[in-house]
Amino acid sequence: MPTVTLNKEVFESLVGKKLPIEELKDRISMLGTDLEGIEGNEINVEVFPNRPDMLSEQGFARAFSSFIGEKTGLRKYEIEKSGEKIIIDESVKDVRPFTACAIVKGINFDDEKIKEIIQIQEKLHTTYGRNRKKAAIGVYPLEKINFPVTFFAEDPNKIKFQPLEMQNEITGLQILSKHPAGREFAHLLEGKDKFPFFKDANNKILSMPPIINSHDVGKIGDKTTDVFIECSGFDFGYLKVCLNIIVTALADMNGKIYSLELEMDNQKIITPDLKPVEWELDLEYVNKRLGLELNETELTELLSKMGHDYKDGKVLVPAYRADIMHKVDFIEEVAIAYGYENFVPEIPKVSTIGQEDSFEKFKKKVSEILVGLGLLQTETYHLTNNNDQNVKMSIDLDLIELKSAVNNDYNMLRGWVIPSLMNVLNKNLNKEYPQDIYGVGTTFKKGDSETGIIENDRLAVTLCNEKVNFTSIKQVFDFLMRMLDIEYKIEDTEHLSFIPGRVGRVIVNEKEVAYVGEIHPLVLENWQLVNPVAAFELNLSELFGLIKNE
Amino acid sequence: MEVEKIIDGLHPLERKVIPSLKKYTRFEYLIKDSGLKDVEVMRALQWLENKKVLEIKKVEKELIELDENGRSYLKKGLPEKRLLQELNESNKSIHEIKTLEKEEVGISIGALKKKAAILMNQGQLSITEQGKKLLEKESFEELFLKKEFPLEVSSLKDEEKFALNNLKSRKQILKVEKRKLISIELTSLGKELIEKDVRGEDVIERLTPKMLKDGSWKNKKFRRYDVSINVPQINGGKKHFVNQALEYAKQVWMDLGFKEMTGPKVQTSFWNFDALFTAQDHPVREMQDTFFIGSIPKGKLPDKKIVDSIKESHEKGVEGSLGWGGKWNDELAKTNVLRTHTTCLSAKTLYNLKKEDMPAKFFALGRCFRNEALDWSHLFEFNQTEGIVVDPNANFRNLLGYLKQFFKKMGFEKARFRPAYFPYTEPSVEIDVFHPVHQKWLELGGAGIFRPEVTIPLLGKEIPVLAWGPGFDRLIMDFYKIKDIRELYNNNIEQLRKIKAWNK
Repeated sequence: MPTVTLNKEVFESLVGKKLPIEELKDRISMLGTDLEGIEGNEINVEVFPNRPDMLSEQGFARAFSSFIGEKTGLRKYEIEKSGEKIIIDESVKDVRPFTACAIVKGINFDDEKIKEIIQIQEKLHTTYGRNRKKAAIGVYPLEKINFPVTFFAEDPNKIKFQPLEMQNEITGLQILSKHPAGREFAHLLEGKDKFPFFKDANNKILSMPPIINSHDVGKIGDKTTDVFIECSGFDFGYLKVCLNIIVTALADMNGKIYSLELEMDNQKIITPDLKPVEWELDLEYVNKRLGLELNETELTELLSKMGHDYKDGKVLVPAYRADIMHKVDFIEEVAIAYGYENFVPEIPKVSTIGQEDSFEKFKKKVSEILVGLGLLQTETYHLTNNNDQNVKMSIDLDLIELKSAVNNDYNMLRGWVIPSLMNVLNKNLNKEYPQDIYGVGTTFKKGDSETGIIENDRLAVTLCNEKVNFTSIKQVFDFLMRMLDIEYKIEDTEHLSFIPGRVGRVIVNEKEVAYVGEIHPLVLENWQLVNPVAAFELNLSELFGLIKNE
Repeated sequence: MEVEKIIDGLHPLERKVIPSLKKYTRFEYLIKDSGLKDVEVMRALQWLENKKVLEIKKVEKELIELDENGRSYLKKGLPEKRLLQELNESNKSIHEIKTLEKEEVGISIGALKKKAAILMNQGQLSITEQGKKLLEKESFEELFLKKEFPLEVSSLKDEEKFALNNLKSRKQILKVEKRKLISIELTSLGKELIEKDVRGEDVIERLTPKMLKDGSWKNKKFRRYDVSINVPQINGGKKHFVNQALEYAKQVWMDLGFKEMTGPKVQTSFWNFDALFTAQDHPVREMQDTFFIGSIPKGKLPDKKIVDSIKESHEKGVEGSLGWGGKWNDELAKTNVLRTHTTCLSAKTLYNLKKEDMPAKFFALGRCFRNEALDWSHLFEFNQTEGIVVDPNANFRNLLGYLKQFFKKMGFEKARFRPAYFPYTEPSVEIDVFHPVHQKWLELGGAGIFRPEVTIPLLGKEIPVLAWGPGFDRLIMDFYKIKDIRELYNNNIEQLRKIKAWNK
């Protein structure tokens, strides 16, 4: 989640009220943002991804001011027509089909404000813009641009301009390999025949979205007062909201918003459009979901604390809100305004019957029997590696591999549990013996299922001490099976992890469910164990299936 | 009275040592006198010290012991004495001397000459009058050898010191070394005790089957034990502490009328994300957070009806919802993942729920996964406690009610709820509990009411479903005072043997 840094003084003047620090902390948390901390003049907050409008100091302060009852209700923003035009050429259709644009005038861009607009742009890029894929924003000093501006796509070899922070003109294609921003975002354009560009009436390139602005016209400085803003991407509605978030933040810096006319597909569309969005909402729905008994006046007041206007079952939602998708979203708006801390928790008198899963119950029983024998239960990871599962065990199971696991020691799903216990024994060489342990864990193999992977819960027992042998482990196995009242037979078999002639395959109802035996000294050596180990591994999932069907 | 009580509680070893305490204070003598092994005497003395009968003192002292020759001279007599006796019978030449070893001859002659006890004349040795006098009484050296060893250098009289100096210079007669000397000092209680009869012939040490059979225990006393004494620790078999905690939580949910859900750990993205209205371009679905399966990248989608309605809820929304817009990609939904939350089990449960089974309450407790580097506070496997309540009349206050009740049973009286965001719940809640000892809030995770975009496709209509999935590991770590999250699964056998039982 993105963290936003607010200047406390600026914030307080925007809010219109100064709160004691403890109250400020509490109110920020209860508004639905995570307060990271307040240090000196800096307030750091984490903003949830559903509220991109709070990613700017202005937007955050606007929401907060309403929430504490200072400036409530729908904010009104004036828009004047600039009379300028943006031409959206149909060539952009296959590469980046939409843009929404605006002009804001009358801001003195000092260092603080330049920093602020860069923060808004960056935060929106990484979150709402999904790293510029869904929305990329460009901000330009207005005085360097001659309208109409054209948004078009062209062979990137044919277009040359000097990108920001570079000395020379290079082609659009070269930018992807030579410019740092080009390299970072190359994947967004790679493989396209044509790249998108903005140019002005004099054919001067403004930028190549979503990568980089041009050096000439793409940088605001301390003399800038008026800016041209564009958002480009794939969903016009989405871009309009993005633009609204920026222009309202700039308007809160005392900027004046001007609209532009977009020419696209023989249509003329005006952006930005700050007309509030109307939603229907009935009081009963709100009360039922929240368990409250609010009246219309209270509902109006609560919604106004979240920046909305409400009247006669209709909510007017500010055009910069990106998160209202369904009337259910007002339930949370009302709950936040009401204060989560003011709800009285209540368990309803609904009678239902509690029930444990039958297989879980069976596993619990197995565990109890083994604990009765003095065995210690271990809990190990499902994630492991080929070396532990196969190489050290002298076998070659077909394991399920993970993609791009961060830890190389944990990049496979385990196929059996005994290696997990061998690993435990290896980690406890200097602890007192006997070390008699068991573990129940999920194992994974390829097979016919929804995911193509079959999961089984298996039990492994390892006995480790000087005197352990086949008899000792078979005794444990036999005790378990007698207590579970399951008949079985053991057949001679071969398994490379065990000593030849001292390993048996256990059959229940003609199905193989377990191996029992003495671990091969080669395997013990691989795990650096100095005492013999006798072990069994029993497939509890299969066993449970067999006895349940009886 | 106190003495009697002590006598009743004396261990057989103590009973054997106490009589020696009347005569000796030094450890070595006590060993000799009691006939016990040194460790046995030491044990008995320590017990007696604990009972305030005596104090054990350890001092470093210079001690004299007999050496090899010293022990032999003690039996046979000093060589010069033996030579004198031989000469007393008749004069002899050096070669005729019988009772001495060869190497003893020279030194013996020298010593006797010095005391003018013999004469040497043309190879013949003869005894003098002085010599004859010497024969009649024992020398200082002889007397010294007959003393009880070990001897302390500091306790010697002048003539003994003289003898020590003479003997010390001769070969292997005496050993003088610095040693720690253990001795005891009786307390007044001890002095009283040693005057009593402590043989305890009528005291039973261990009750045997034979005694029970022949009744010989009757009219006898049982040795009184010090019941407060420390005993060696033993360890038993037990369930892993994480499981003990999970089983407890499970029982809490069942007591509240919840039914258990279980399911695979590998899930398709369809159930893990799409059915939970997590947009296909949501960052959580990217590689760095989620484990994808290399060997089998994709699974199968469920039947067309549910797939179509999930698709619609994403693209266009359901019943008054706008949806996420864009195109929903069914190939992306097939992608296999290691479940990132147990909420996928809730989605499946809702899908399979029959109308007649409502209202219904379910819970799950299980391992979930996130692709994360391992350190003291991060683990790629974690436990979640999941719950859903499907009830047409359920509301937000009920959600808070269930959560408050659960955490109360987990030992946290105070719970706090804050607004949060999850793609599949509205309203969403972050749960904190107040730690009574540390006096601070612990952040435990999320809850909420499932959005209609989740419930309408899965249940067929908009029914409120209360849902939660807070993490569980922090509670376990808190109870066991574990600071490093990796300790949950490092299976240190020593720790597993010693760790306390989950008891809330």
